[in-house]
Amino acid sequence: MSPGSVATQDREKSMGEPSPPTLAKDESALVKEAKAGNYEAFEELVNRYEKKIYRLGLNITGTPEDAEDVFQETFLKAFEHLPEFREDSRFYTWLVRIAINEGLMKLRKRRSDKLVPIQDTVDEEGAVLPQDFADWRPNPEELYARTELEEILQSSARALPPIFRTVFFLRDVEGLSTEETADLLDISVGAVKARLFRARMHLREELSKVFKRG
Amino acid sequence: MNLINCLDVFHQISTYLDGELDEDLKRRLEGHLKGCSHCKAVFDSTRKTIELYCDGRLFPLPADVRDRLHRALRRKWAEKQK
Repeated sequence: MSPGSVATQDREKSMGEPSPPTLAKDESALVKEAKAGNYEAFEELVNRYEKKIYRLGLNITGTPEDAEDVFQETFLKAFEHLPEFREDSRFYTWLVRIAINEGLMKLRKRRSDKLVPIQDTVDEEGAVLPQDFADWRPNPEELYARTELEEILQSSARALPPIFRTVFFLRDVEGLSTEETADLLDISVGAVKARLFRARMHLREELSKVFKRG
Repeated sequence: MNLINCLDVFHQISTYLDGELDEDLKRRLEGHLKGCSHCKAVFDSTRKTIELYCDGRLFPLPADVRDRLHRALRRKWAEKQK
């Protein structure tokens, strides 16, 4: 049994993407070319990250319509503000920052209240204790059609407050480090860890209702 | 070796999944998982939860959504050139 850095390897395998250090070098050259006015270089950056940004928009907002808006706005703003990008972080992290802001704005507009709390104090300590100890059926992803599985995963994620779900998707799905996530969300490293723990446990509990044996 | 109880295991599962437990605690937790079917089920399903959300085949970018973005970007680029 190995710890879940395995999850990171699985993510890279399933996404079929090269590792970040290799990307970072090429990315930096592309950013410089794009800033110098080479549209093909900018387009290459878009091609590289469009799937991830779309998925992030979908995961934050929970609807394809809002996800498309987040997706469009993120790249259009990146194009517009590229000259202001200081290159002190990865281009991808900069894109994620724009996408998070766009996504949270969507959520705020959807709600009657004005704020979706992302930095507010929440109960970081009290994770929900597991209720379901049943083994899952093996390979649940093979038991459902893709769209059906997507709906199961999305409805479970929608049940999580944005403050937890955003941390989960940034850390576990997008593969950002704890520090990068803390910086992007303007919260402490400890808060990232606590929220990630709660998000993982909550999602596990929700999915257990569907995937458990018997 | 000091034993670790189910509640402690539960609170450490996330850190263990991130590979951030110190060696002593990691050994104790792994020892517990070998003998506790409940904690093993929670651990396995937590790891599977992450794997499912990471499945790159899910939530594909629709072709028409992608096309609309690229058209909009090219329009912006053309405007900038004027």
